[in-house]
Amino acid sequence: MSDPIIEVKNVSKSYGGVKANVDITMKVERGSITGIIGPNGCGKTTLFNSIVGYHPIDTGSISFDGDEISKLRVGDIARLGMLRTFQQTRIYNKMDCVDNMQISVSHRPDSKVSVFASRKGEIRERAEHLLEFVGLYSKRNLISGDLSFGQQKLLELAMALMNEPKALLLDEPTAGINPTLINGLIDRLRRANEELGITLCVIEHNMRVIMNLASHIYCLSNGQMLAEGKPSELQNDQRVIDAYLGGH
Amino acid sequence: MIKSNNLITYGALGVLGIFGPILFPDYTLSIAYLWMMVLMASTWDTLGGQMGYNSLGNITFFGVGMYVSAIVQISIFYEGGMGEYTSAMGSIKPEFTDNEYFLGLYLGIICAGLVALILSIIFSSFMFGLRGPYFAIGSLGLAIAAAEITITVDYVGGASGISMPLFPGDIEFRSTFFYILCFLFAVAAHFLLRWLYSTQFGLAINAIRDDEDKAEAMGIPTLIYKRIGWGIAAFFMGCIGAVAGNMAGFIDKEVAYPIPTFGIFMVAMVLLGGKGTLWGPVLGAILFHVVKETTWTYLLNLQWIALGLILIINIVYFQQGIMGWLQDKFPERFGIVVDPSGTQADAKSEGDAK
Repeated sequence: MSDPIIEVKNVSKSYGGVKANVDITMKVERGSITGIIGPNGCGKTTLFNSIVGYHPIDTGSISFDGDEISKLRVGDIARLGMLRTFQQTRIYNKMDCVDNMQISVSHRPDSKVSVFASRKGEIRERAEHLLEFVGLYSKRNLISGDLSFGQQKLLELAMALMNEPKALLLDEPTAGINPTLINGLIDRLRRANEELGITLCVIEHNMRVIMNLASHIYCLSNGQMLAEGKPSELQNDQRVIDAYLGGH
Repeated sequence: MIKSNNLITYGALGVLGIFGPILFPDYTLSIAYLWMMVLMASTWDTLGGQMGYNSLGNITFFGVGMYVSAIVQISIFYEGGMGEYTSAMGSIKPEFTDNEYFLGLYLGIICAGLVALILSIIFSSFMFGLRGPYFAIGSLGLAIAAAEITITVDYVGGASGISMPLFPGDIEFRSTFFYILCFLFAVAAHFLLRWLYSTQFGLAINAIRDDEDKAEAMGIPTLIYKRIGWGIAAFFMGCIGAVAGNMAGFIDKEVAYPIPTFGIFMVAMVLLGGKGTLWGPVLGAILFHVVKETTWTYLLNLQWIALGLILIINIVYFQQGIMGWLQDKFPERFGIVVDPSGTQADAKSEGDAK
């Protein structure tokens, strides 16, 4: 039974002479955790950018939750309920952590928080709860730009969760995070997926993380879809080993 | 801590606002200009400081407001109409009754604010595609264009300007009356902004300042927030422009579009006090005005040099302004502290224990 929330069909995108994505087709099942792997420069981030409307695609179609979104812009897609985090972490670095969280509430039409809503009460409660979820509660009143890189990464994840998206695209969530924290992060991502019902699509270079986390993985190489399948299948796929994983 | 500081500040400003003109009647109009500058700085900061869009064109709304109110005040109670009034170049002095004058003035101020607001919405449809220095220069262009267009329109007196209707009352009452208007508008703007910054709106414009692309990616409808921010500034600038025109008694391009003075002062005052804060613009405006008035009185011929010196010291050594410097120096006073309780539940139980 297939119920994809994100469907990418024959998408191509080139920058000048560089063919970043060639005829990519993939789908992300509703409620799943899907992984994307591949060597540097193979077009993973370009694919993310295409999906969330960062740039127009050359050909192909992308749909989210049944709606065609390849012509929509970033803000419109975000308000449909699909968010992304950035490889280069992006937070509001002159605001404190709680403020970063509170402004990250959903801006979808069904959102209960209006332009002139107060910042006290339920919304603050939830912001602090999620900060606790990622282990930043005691730092909540600090200016977010003064946090360490890893903590900023966690804050960015918490901000995305605050928005309660239907689908969340994570671009290398564990890059630059220390090993013990990575375990915590995997746990939190899985809980976000199971408890909050958020579909996750994750770009990741840490094989231990992605093989543990994802139920289905796509491997890109030179802008093309090289292989797909369950983690165990990909680990034994000779093409993937040659292009990316390397021999042992 | 912050709360009691706030009370003291409001108390001091209230005393200055109410007793200033009673104790120093000679300085009534000067203090009126002080409140006007507080308003200009505070509303400029909404975009410039809180949202990171440095507008050099807010003075446009000041000038437009001034002219709109002149048109309303003259044309509704003078039978000859605006064209006849302005073509006589000040030789017509219609006798308005008290009621006519004040009704015309109030209507003029309201219309000035509304027209400025509508204009800002029109401008925002193309101006907010620009960012950084392009927005700054683009908005400056709006002000220059508005000023140049004004002098080509004979209906509003062209280059020879408009004499505003005469105030029905003696000179002291006139000063006090306009003083009260300036004070009330500054207070109204301050409390409106104070409330706005405490809502989601305040966070949204801060988010736009820190990373507009991220804000877009998080689904914040940025254009709506930018429009509201500029609209509020435009409304108040329009209203205060109407008041300023009547205070001056005669308006022309130089009075209505003081780009090199008020247009720049409002930015300088915010930088001095600390941009992106509620109190920075107020503090900056007061300091700036006091220095300006003092140097104009005691250091005549050197006044611009003194002002320039302050700006240079400000920009080179205190880029964050006074409030920003204080926050860097004493973060704990602004609540920027690590909370020893690691969880929400801990903090709650500690709070209960207290």
